[in-house]
Amino acid sequence: MEQIIMKDVKKRYKTGVTAIYDLDLTIKKGEFVFIIGPTGCGKSTLTKMLYREEKPTSGTINVGGIDVAKLRNSKVYKLRRKIGVVFQDFKLLPKATVYENVAFALEIFGAPKDEIHAKVLKVLDLVGLKNKAKNYPGQLSGGEQQRVAIARAIINGPKLLICDEPTGNLDDDTSKEIMKVLEAINKLETTIIMVTHNRKIVKEMKKRVILLDAGRMVKDYAEGTYEGV
Amino acid sequence: MRAFRIFARNIRDAFISVVRNISLSAASISSITITLLVVSISIILTYNVDHFATLVEKDITIVTFLDKSITPDKILEIRDAINKIDNVDSYVFNSKTQILEEMMQSSETFNNIMKDWTVEDNPLQDTYLVKVTDIKKVNEVAAKIKKIEGVSLVKYGEGIIEKLISTFDMIRQISLAIVASLVIVTTFLISNTIKLTIYSRKTEISIMRLVGASNINIKIPFIFEGLFLGIIGSIIPIIVTMYSYVAIYENFDGQMFSPFIKLVAPRPFIYLVSLILFGISVAVGMLGSWWAVRKHLKA
Repeated sequence: MEQIIMKDVKKRYKTGVTAIYDLDLTIKKGEFVFIIGPTGCGKSTLTKMLYREEKPTSGTINVGGIDVAKLRNSKVYKLRRKIGVVFQDFKLLPKATVYENVAFALEIFGAPKDEIHAKVLKVLDLVGLKNKAKNYPGQLSGGEQQRVAIARAIINGPKLLICDEPTGNLDDDTSKEIMKVLEAINKLETTIIMVTHNRKIVKEMKKRVILLDAGRMVKDYAEGTYEGV
Repeated sequence: MRAFRIFARNIRDAFISVVRNISLSAASISSITITLLVVSISIILTYNVDHFATLVEKDITIVTFLDKSITPDKILEIRDAINKIDNVDSYVFNSKTQILEEMMQSSETFNNIMKDWTVEDNPLQDTYLVKVTDIKKVNEVAAKIKKIEGVSLVKYGEGIIEKLISTFDMIRQISLAIVASLVIVTTFLISNTIKLTIYSRKTEISIMRLVGASNINIKIPFIFEGLFLGIIGSIIPIIVTMYSYVAIYENFDGQMFSPFIKLVAPRPFIYLVSLILFGISVAVGMLGSWWAVRKHLKA
């Protein structure tokens, strides 16, 4: 079943720069897709349109049944509740503990305390940080902070996880750890779209790979066919 | 239950956030405190000027002198005629005998001169003392009374009264404009300080949006925060207003410079001013926060 359908998508910024040209892309439920390409090729713009941080200039984007291009600003939260997003710079609240950072995503919906507690511990366990629940982000390594961000992104049980260069700030070993976590999440039937520069990881993971260049999709490698360039 | 949990969480978070961002909270609170003190002073001044003007206006009376040879029936006819005039608030009849007695009681000299006067000798005139509802129309009422048959003369301080009324009007308008502009400046100042507080937390807002918080979800904790800042910011101005006004009132014996200028009695006046200050502070705190956070919610 298709989870993401993009048709004739074009994105032109107000500055006059066109970041995406005529993109057609379909991603099925439970897929793990890498989006790669040189700097400025439109990778981030593509993912930003998926979680409606940016609106396409033309074309249609359907994410889990929601027509993203037509979604009004005030209704964006409906989409965001169905997807999780992870960034290179983690975007954690520095003055809140690991537990609070993760619980935050549930608290705003008024979930009961017991439910929050159980879910937070479960996801922290999944990302291997159960013993750091009381620490503050500043007391954690980069890899650990990214795992907190992943835990926060998946706590609501999203069907889609978008990762924008999640290993961009991390060394090789830590990046591998993060990839293991993402793979475990993917096994739970969560679709994962990951933007990365790290071709080594892409090569090792043997997943579907979309190659962008100058705003156009130049290649779509099926699972296991990407050999690196 | 869910709504209650969200509500409780919002209050808790707002409180935590005031404490966690203590330096910016302190900036907002002190800006509210200082501007409210100025607002308080201007409200007190305006209210006292208005009070003084109202007292003076209440004293304005149209003295209606009746003909010397007026008959008791005619006096009643004139009363009915006055009664029919629009804008007449009240009237009192003063017979010439009554006036004579009052004058004799008021001074020994008058007493010596007037004691031998009989009813026929009394040169004074019967009068109606008329008060009007709208002081601006005093001249219209006076003109109508003057036309009534049997009325010989009408006096209300014409010339001076009109000047006095227009001066009071001007003072009222100026002081109202000052209070209004101060409230606007306060709103602007407080909202800007809160904007700074919120700007420093734009990452937090973007994270909230990212994890699927609706605009209302995001706004409410900030609005509660504004409410807390408003409540805390109003404490000092309210205490200062209450104590200092009572102290000034007691120190000056309830009057300023002369017995003619009476100050507004402190109670319930200070409670009213405190309530206004509290209302402004809370409203401006909440509105300022709402306004500031709104800017960060445009995707």
